[in-house]
Amino acid sequence: MRLRVAAGGPAALKVLAAAGAAAAPVRLVWGGPLGETAAAVAAPLPGREPVAPTPVIPAPQQGPPGLLPPAERPLAQLSPTWVPALELDSGTVLFSPNAICQFFFLARGEEPTDLTNQWLEWEATELQPAASAALYAQLVHGKKGLEAVEALGKLLAHIEQNLSRRGTAYLAGDAKSVADVVVWGTLFPVLQDETSLPSEMQALRTWFQSMTLSEACRKAADSVLMPKALLEFKSYLQKQPPPCLAMERATSNEPEPWPGMGPRGAGGDRHTDPHWDPPSPQEEEGSERALTEEEITAAADAWARGAAALPKPWQPQKPVLPVEGMRNVLITSALPYVNNVPHLGNIIGCVLSADTFARYCRLRNWNTLYVCGTDEYGTATETKAVEEGLTPQEICNKYNAIHADIYRWFDISFDYFGRTTTPYQTMIAQDIFQRLLDRGFLLQDTVEQLRCEDCQRFLADRFVEGTCPFCSYEEARGDQCDKCGKLINAVELKNPQCKLCRGVPVVKPTQHLFLDLPKLEERLEPWLEQSWGTGDWTANARYITRSWIRDGLKPRCITRDLKWGTPVPLDGFRDKVFYVWFDAPIGYLSITANYTDQWERWWKNPQQVELYNFMAKDNVPFHSVIFPCSLLGADDNYTLVNHLIATEYLNYEDGKFSKSRGVGVFGDMAKDTGIPADIWRFYLLYLRPEGQDSAFSWSDLMLKNNSELLNNLGNFINRAGMFVCKFFGGTVPNMVLTPDDKRLLARVTLELRQYHQLLEKVRIRDALRCILSISRHGNQYIQVNEPWKRIKGNEKDRQHAGTVTGVAVNMASMLAVLLQPYMPSVSSAIQGQLCIPPHCFVLSHDFTCTLPPGHRVGTVSPLFQKLENDQVEALRKQFRGGQAKQTPPASEPTPAPVTLTAPGDPQLIHELTEEVAKQGNHVRQLKANKAEKAQVDTEVAKLLELKKQLALAEGKSPEVPVPKGKRKK
Amino acid sequence: MAAAARPGTGAEELALLEKLLGLPKGNKYGVQGERKVPVLQTNNGPGLTGLMTIAAHLVKQAKKDQLLGSTAEEKAVVQQWLEYRVTRVDGGSSKEDVRIILKDLNIHLEDKVYLAGNIFTLADILMYYGLHHVMVDLTVQEKEKYLNVSRWFNHIQHYPGVRQHLSNVIFIKNRLYTNGH
Repeated sequence: MRLRVAAGGPAALKVLAAAGAAAAPVRLVWGGPLGETAAAVAAPLPGREPVAPTPVIPAPQQGPPGLLPPAERPLAQLSPTWVPALELDSGTVLFSPNAICQFFFLARGEEPTDLTNQWLEWEATELQPAASAALYAQLVHGKKGLEAVEALGKLLAHIEQNLSRRGTAYLAGDAKSVADVVVWGTLFPVLQDETSLPSEMQALRTWFQSMTLSEACRKAADSVLMPKALLEFKSYLQKQPPPCLAMERATSNEPEPWPGMGPRGAGGDRHTDPHWDPPSPQEEEGSERALTEEEITAAADAWARGAAALPKPWQPQKPVLPVEGMRNVLITSALPYVNNVPHLGNIIGCVLSADTFARYCRLRNWNTLYVCGTDEYGTATETKAVEEGLTPQEICNKYNAIHADIYRWFDISFDYFGRTTTPYQTMIAQDIFQRLLDRGFLLQDTVEQLRCEDCQRFLADRFVEGTCPFCSYEEARGDQCDKCGKLINAVELKNPQCKLCRGVPVVKPTQHLFLDLPKLEERLEPWLEQSWGTGDWTANARYITRSWIRDGLKPRCITRDLKWGTPVPLDGFRDKVFYVWFDAPIGYLSITANYTDQWERWWKNPQQVELYNFMAKDNVPFHSVIFPCSLLGADDNYTLVNHLIATEYLNYEDGKFSKSRGVGVFGDMAKDTGIPADIWRFYLLYLRPEGQDSAFSWSDLMLKNNSELLNNLGNFINRAGMFVCKFFGGTVPNMVLTPDDKRLLARVTLELRQYHQLLEKVRIRDALRCILSISRHGNQYIQVNEPWKRIKGNEKDRQHAGTVTGVAVNMASMLAVLLQPYMPSVSSAIQGQLCIPPHCFVLSHDFTCTLPPGHRVGTVSPLFQKLENDQVEALRKQFRGGQAKQTPPASEPTPAPVTLTAPGDPQLIHELTEEVAKQGNHVRQLKANKAEKAQVDTEVAKLLELKKQLALAEGKSPEVPVPKGKRKK
Repeated sequence: MAAAARPGTGAEELALLEKLLGLPKGNKYGVQGERKVPVLQTNNGPGLTGLMTIAAHLVKQAKKDQLLGSTAEEKAVVQQWLEYRVTRVDGGSSKEDVRIILKDLNIHLEDKVYLAGNIFTLADILMYYGLHHVMVDLTVQEKEKYLNVSRWFNHIQHYPGVRQHLSNVIFIKNRLYTNGH
């Protein structure tokens, strides 16, 4: 069973203490599942107390690089989940801390009694709310300890009374029970030690002291609180709404809305309900606002002006450069880290969202440049290179190609897809660095770090192994122990070993450079105010930025003792490189520079250029605080972000995407499903986690494909085209508009305007609903007017059949343009079928007649295919996990060499089979020759490793046990 | 809603439970504090306090221990939902609280017959009593929105001996609002 807890979550204390006291065999996972792809949020479990959800915001990182948290790259850290939560082997999840504690005791045969039940109920209903309030008052409002304790007076007296009256050592008798752990766990954060208790409460003091000193409680307290005392709690609680004493409120992942926020609908309901769906048009019908006469007349006039009223399509010169007098839009999507294959969540989070918006901008005749590329420097690449026996550059080349292929398949319309390992990156990063240095925005500090004298280098945390200082596990990594899950400061490892040469590293002081964020804050604040005042920042982006600044900016280390990175051009630092988070956003500039040597016209031109950054919310602080600070400090008239568009997370079915467990669809697999790229695009954009998390679901994908695409959109466009062909010989008929037809034009115009309004605010998902509404109106229009009957009627009927068909086919023509940002191939298929002239392929605010009477359409054929239940069910099974494919979880004791080859690669299987056979013979020979045990063990370990790889390559789950041989002697 | 049809918190609800469990009448209940927490008076000692605690006590008295779950896991799950009942359901009062509770339960019950999975437990009984006044007031549309809760609630109210004098909440078998995606 797995127990998820968060450092700083007060309820963690009691569950850890209970696990310890009941000696429960749990696997601890700190702060949400580690080593998972950071794209998702746990299933929506009912919450219990205000401290239950982990904060959405990471505590700002600070201090020397040796203390970096396990994820190495901070973006992987945020995964809000309900914690604590106990996942039992059966799949059941317990979310109530008391029930978790109870379970641990039950599991070892300790049944609840009336008394333990009574304590647990009292704790949940009385003590817990009061203790939360007291803790909040103490830590956040800075109330003195005693004052806070006074608020608990009556409740403490209740315990004291019970203990003294019964005369027992523990709450429910003479032996420690679940009741003691639960009550202690809630009191400890408030009281800390028994001296804060009134001296007359002697029984309580004695009980509390003996609990605090018990091994299980002490250990729990150490791991949850001790390192930074209650600061953990404080940063946690500050982000929570104050507890209302009456009853805890449920907290959703949704940040509190800020007053005056732009891209956010009104209405409370939709934001807290993960299953919220916008009301379907039928439901809206009743609330649909009445059209005014002016609107109807205006719509009819616009219609009559025809294609002449449209703006002329405009193609920028290549390379695209800002043009005086035009709206110049620069779009970036967060640079994907090169050695991960992106999953659907990553794709919708940045590249696909940015692509849809970029396509929209181009259709609006805005001068648009969309750039992206792979982020390639950093420890992770270096580690992977060592594992795969390639050079870092070779690794980057390999994975850059994988990324580029995936995005090409998804039809992402980058103007340029580059990478960060280029000479321009070095030049620009070093220039920004030099300017920061010259202006006094860099600090120098000494950090203690391990150095391997044999390899002549300081060791990044991931390059050190040793014995865990906490649990004595012998293969702890430099940043974290896989056995006890604790974070480790690499210099504290016992018997540290260099992972590369197995030599013994020594602790040496090393110099690092820090970006002086506190000093830059005075430049940051006015800029943010201005950018927020004029730009469209999503609510989560503002919220995350605000809490970063509120928690106080600290100097941030920008150098690393690595080789794979941009070299630091300063004496004394020449063997170091820039930390990826200083370096990576500069990639936007250098990638543009690789596209055009006139890149500065985009990036040093805030007067003419509007910059949109697309990303998932975990990347926000780097784009809203750190990178702007670098650029503001460098003081070279840089273009800074105007619109920061951050998505929430996309879940997969009921859980997360997990590379390690093979759960979910990853970019390279989407095409093997047989579902066309445009269907993927449609569904991901339909689900886009805009304002709240959303979840990918196969059955929903089928439903949306069959209902929205096939029955609604596809059906309408196909019928409109077919009527022209069947009834009018492929030529658009004459149209004589009746008042009802004009009302439809006005209705469609309203939806069109709404589409523009939403997309201008980058509410991509909501704008897609407008498209579907237009086709729904179209279907209704055809259904009510029945052109297939009227065509057989008298002349007036036949004329009306012509009008309806003509209007409908013009709606289809407009839909083709509106769809282009979402489904480019479908859009061009419609364009081909209806022979829409290229000069009409542009967006305006009016619905005009672009296919006039006499226009010839081409061959009309169905656009979408039905998805069948069996097919989707098979896919759901295929991707539900259990068939481990790629990277083993980071928390597995032995990181297996990572093979990203898809399972079933016959070449790889063949090679591995041979290697296994070879190694097997080698081991047998050694044993026959009575070789030394240590040597045999090492070779056996190698053999097991090879077998595991083979199993992975064959797509089986590797049942091979972790080699234990090395540890035995 | 007429007050008589709603099980008043505490004593009345425990009387319903006693009857359901087939226990003889005779237990005396008091209430304690602002929240009117029920207290079971006993001849020896201070008695038992709290709805969950007393309910579990009555179940054991009636020798129907299976209602508390059989395995450690079931027992913990029952405990969890009883706690949910006394903290969230009894503590929540605003429309928003009610909505969150129904939403939580609706998700939880998506793939379960009863709160603890496939077995009927005390958690179902107390949750039914606790939610009765909420369910009575739901509109047909809301009942459809929380379809799993409705299904479960309807099931429990027809469980022999559970409903007693409480009003029967009507659920329509055919869905009226078909366009909820």
